[in-house]
Amino acid sequence: MIVLKIKYHTLILTGILVTLLFLSPLVIPVYWVILLSEILIMGLMAVSFNLLLGYAGLLSFGQGAFFGLGAYTAALMLQAGYENLFLIFLAGILVAMLAALIVGFFSVRLDEIFFAMITLAFGMMFFSIAHNWRDVTGGSDGLPVFNLPNLQLFGLDLTFYSPISMYYLIFTTVLIALFLLWLVVHSPFGLILKATRENKQRVSFVGGNVRKLRIVAFTISGAFTGLAGVLFCLFNNMATPEFMHWSFSTKPIIMAIIGGTGSFFGPLFGAGIFFVLEQIIIRYTENWMFFLGIILVPVVLFFPQGVFGTLQNRFFKQRSK
Amino acid sequence: MLKVDDIHTYYDDSYILQGVTLKVNVGEIVCLLGRNGAGKSTTLKSIMGYNHPRKGKVYFLDKNISRQSVYKNVRMGLGYVPEDRRIFSELSVQENLEVSFSSAVETQWTIDELFKTFPLMEKLRHRKGGGLSGGEQQMVVIARTLACQPKMILLDEPCEGLAPVIVEQLSEIICRLKEHFPILLAEQNANFALEVSDRGYVIDKGVIRFSGTKEELQQNDEIKKRYLSV
Repeated sequence: MIVLKIKYHTLILTGILVTLLFLSPLVIPVYWVILLSEILIMGLMAVSFNLLLGYAGLLSFGQGAFFGLGAYTAALMLQAGYENLFLIFLAGILVAMLAALIVGFFSVRLDEIFFAMITLAFGMMFFSIAHNWRDVTGGSDGLPVFNLPNLQLFGLDLTFYSPISMYYLIFTTVLIALFLLWLVVHSPFGLILKATRENKQRVSFVGGNVRKLRIVAFTISGAFTGLAGVLFCLFNNMATPEFMHWSFSTKPIIMAIIGGTGSFFGPLFGAGIFFVLEQIIIRYTENWMFFLGIILVPVVLFFPQGVFGTLQNRFFKQRSK
Repeated sequence: MLKVDDIHTYYDDSYILQGVTLKVNVGEIVCLLGRNGAGKSTTLKSIMGYNHPRKGKVYFLDKNISRQSVYKNVRMGLGYVPEDRRIFSELSVQENLEVSFSSAVETQWTIDELFKTFPLMEKLRHRKGGGLSGGEQQMVVIARTLACQPKMILLDEPCEGLAPVIVEQLSEIICRLKEHFPILLAEQNANFALEVSDRGYVIDKGVIRFSGTKEELQQNDEIKKRYLSV
């Protein structure tokens, strides 16, 4: 009964959140619509990343590489004149997925700090390529995107030059991606992945091939991170090597920790908290990362399940009493 | 069904198993007796592929599995109930069982059949594994192993740390399991092990010191005194 109740309430909360996000551009200023777009993209990246940290117990410091690969694929295709948006999404996902498969193949045999370091090393290799291969990537200047393709859907010709229409493209794509990720974590695969986080040895005692499970998780995570990268390139009109730098890879980590790695939506809320805090603090000081650090320490110490994770647990505990 | 042929196993430089040979036939419960640190768990781990022997061979269903990984052995039908009741403490009892169904093992069991076979678990269905008592955890691990459709089970010290009344229930379960598949039972508690077994081996310092039927073991006072502290 408790399980049904949790599912019922989660469904209602999700419905409210989706409705609010859908209607918000009608009531909030354009500046905040732009910010909300960024939150959704980075939220997708953080949720994809959390498939590794929250479900498989793997701390990757190389997610920026897949984000960057998605962004560069989109930028290169747009510069080459491709106008099919679906094709651009698909290519961005496939390139990031293939890279994640290769990186995952070499990384997942290791755990903890060794896994973190090898993913960081791979990430920095991609960064170096993006930074130094000027002819293709534009080097440190990045690759600008001048024309955004239209989307022909149900007889409509949609353009994405206004922040509102771009928001709805991002909102719809992120919604579909999150739904697919939700299906993944609630599938038998998601369950056994959670079991590997707890103890990989025990998973092998029930016939689970831990390495294969981790590679699949890493590849799925990379693919969705690549999709976030494509979206960011369209949103930002630019792909830059900074996406692939290790410091960019720490963003989803911070977002997931603030929101909570133990719940599916935690990292998405973490992304929201991260950007809203940035907006508030930056009004008073440029050194907002310093204050982020001050906030992060008590969150890690007193909210080990993250802000959203803690609230969720409190809420459901009270409900189930 | 299972044949262990002169295996030598090391933990880094420590020479643990120094030529262990044993076999388990269809329809048997065979116990591996010995004191703490005698090499019982290492023998089971070597068979499972968790710690491969450096020398010697392990045959299961006439196939050499000496170098095979743990998950492949499980998929072949080698069930393993490790010591210390290794359950997934963050997962519910039901999820602990579902993990077996998610791991690509071909099984005829369903969740409901498992709960029917272990009715005591039914009321614990949604409880987290970490909140269960030792006996309950042991039951979940045995049920989880059954869900993997084993053709044989290795049981590593199932009674360790359990109350006598739970041990009694457990021996009933083990005897019921025998109807379905052979068992190799590693145990320190010789009285319990000999009660449920058909044959036994005594291991000490990584060497098999004695093998015989249950009656031979029960009547051999010298072996009991020297190696089993009964």
